[in-house]
Amino acid sequence: MSAGTADFVASLVKYGLMFGIFINVAPIMNWVERRACAYIQDRPGPNRLGPAGLFQPLADALKFMFKEDITPALADKPLYLLAPVLALLPAFTTFVVIPFGPDLLVNGRTVPLVVANVATGVLLFLAISSLGVYSLVMAGYASNNKFSLLGAVRASAQLISYELALTLAVLAVLIPVGSFRLGDIVAYQQAHHLWNFIPQFIGFMVFLIASFAETNRLPFDLPEAESELVAGFHTEYGAMRFALFFQAEYTNMAALSALGVTLFFGGWTLPFVHLSGWLGAAVGLATLLAKIGICMAVFVWIRWTFPRFRYDQLMRLGWKVLLPLAILNLIVVAAMTLAGWL
Amino acid sequence: METVIFFLFAALAIGSGIVVVTHRSPIYATLSLVLTLFSMAVLFVLLGAPFVGVLQILVYAGAIVVLFLFVIMLLNVQKEEDAHVDRGVQLWIAILGALTFLGMFWLAFWRTGLRIGGPAPAPLTEDLVSLKGLATALFTDYLLPFEIVGLLLLVAVIGATVAARRPDSETVRPDDDYVGDHVIAEDPGAGPVLPREARS
Amino acid sequence: MSVPISWYLLLSAVLFAIGAIGALTRRNGISIFLSVELMLNAGNLTLIAYARQWNDHTGQLIVFFVMAVAAAEAAVGLALFIAIFRQRRTIDVNRLNLLQG
Repeated sequence: MSAGTADFVASLVKYGLMFGIFINVAPIMNWVERRACAYIQDRPGPNRLGPAGLFQPLADALKFMFKEDITPALADKPLYLLAPVLALLPAFTTFVVIPFGPDLLVNGRTVPLVVANVATGVLLFLAISSLGVYSLVMAGYASNNKFSLLGAVRASAQLISYELALTLAVLAVLIPVGSFRLGDIVAYQQAHHLWNFIPQFIGFMVFLIASFAETNRLPFDLPEAESELVAGFHTEYGAMRFALFFQAEYTNMAALSALGVTLFFGGWTLPFVHLSGWLGAAVGLATLLAKIGICMAVFVWIRWTFPRFRYDQLMRLGWKVLLPLAILNLIVVAAMTLAGWL
Repeated sequence: METVIFFLFAALAIGSGIVVVTHRSPIYATLSLVLTLFSMAVLFVLLGAPFVGVLQILVYAGAIVVLFLFVIMLLNVQKEEDAHVDRGVQLWIAILGALTFLGMFWLAFWRTGLRIGGPAPAPLTEDLVSLKGLATALFTDYLLPFEIVGLLLLVAVIGATVAARRPDSETVRPDDDYVGDHVIAEDPGAGPVLPREARS
Repeated sequence: MSVPISWYLLLSAVLFAIGAIGALTRRNGISIFLSVELMLNAGNLTLIAYARQWNDHTGQLIVFFVMAVAAAEAAVGLALFIAIFRQRRTIDVNRLNLLQG
């Protein structure tokens, strides 16, 4: 096997592994979300199917599959059908730059445990995830429904506003490391025995808030907003097409959590633990997944705790608070790096 | 392999480019521009400029074109109405102009000594692909243009904010005389309503 | 197997011509804008292709500047369209004949 073929096969295997993990996020989170919200609201939640209602996601999946698939008569057919598929594409692509373990030695060949070990790493993640907005806009426009169109307009404005703050917060993390590769960022945190969220606390807060807006989660779920826009951009979608949007939303959450964990919480590493080989890989992957799980729990917890923002509040927060804060953070971090403090 | 990728994305770029300029629905035209930009980004990566390729998607496809879509939906731009100028003449002059451009470019390329079927370029060097070389050049030799571009963006932000500002109702009223055969909205003062912050 | 640079240049010339036809024939302001973006991108492709040919960063840097200028242009242009739409309820450039006397 030539070097190129071996690398290709290794990438394929790694992508298969990550895909297998990330595709299960939505069903699991479906259960977690419903049980957690029930717990927060002091009611039992779905608890009939299987132990503690664990089989509920299966029932939901079956329901989605057998529901009638309705296309509104006046919908813009091509865009209407394309939108849910396009929602999934970026969601299942972004995680290729996330490292999930130490370098592995297989048959005398070093295999980095990241699907695509490219020099543009974080930028690639941000670029692909920024394409996610098109599916929302297409869905909202194609549905030919006023609520959906409003949802699409809101989505496009919200996503480009918060992307700025998010990108600037990420940039501040990159400055002391001097590399776009997420693997280097993890190595930097490991070498300094300090996770980035302590020196970059402001950047972390900006990233956290902006990531809620980027994933359309409460308190920033204005493109959906059940109580005012019915369901926003996916009002007209039912059955499997809605399930695709649902899947994309949770996969995006998981991918963004993975990015946040890698940037601010040491990624797949554990403090004071240095394992290598297959054991190290397994522990690394488990650590990364556990950290992502904690992040997802925070997502759920915030959703059922905070009320929704008003649209003008959302824009004011994005442009007048988060963006200046992110720029300030960037300048401070750059100055500190120049002074040699980071 | 590279040849296959090149032809695939070159065809995609030209095809979607034609859709951009011919489709009557602005939404479709904008969405196919995204496709063009994406294929161009792939070609940039092929040409040893991965950083520019990713920036192309991040800045162009991820932000600028979303802005276009936002404005199209905000203004509810419909398909073009029927022409009330002679389209034939305009079209032929446009094609003539485009062919002139094509010829000019071809002449320019010819003079740099590049030929169709010429030799493949030298293999990629690490220096061309690396971010470090790009960044060093940007912040040393091209520092002044960089600063000027920053200033330009600041001016653009301020200009856009001022231009899109909703005129105060007592100062400006739309001059309905010029609206022609268009339907005049019930409330001329009410533009597309969005909170003030959303309009930059 | 590498593709000769001249093919990239031919592609960019064709794309530029397509964009030029669009910019000269469309009447919808937004569509004209889209065509101009297409022309800008064709120019970018030329710059990147020459950067590859001469193994020089400068072409890529200029593309960076073009992108920034395109962003500024889009922001101001779209703001102008919003302002025009507020006054005239249309962005069909053939109807914007205020200066026609």
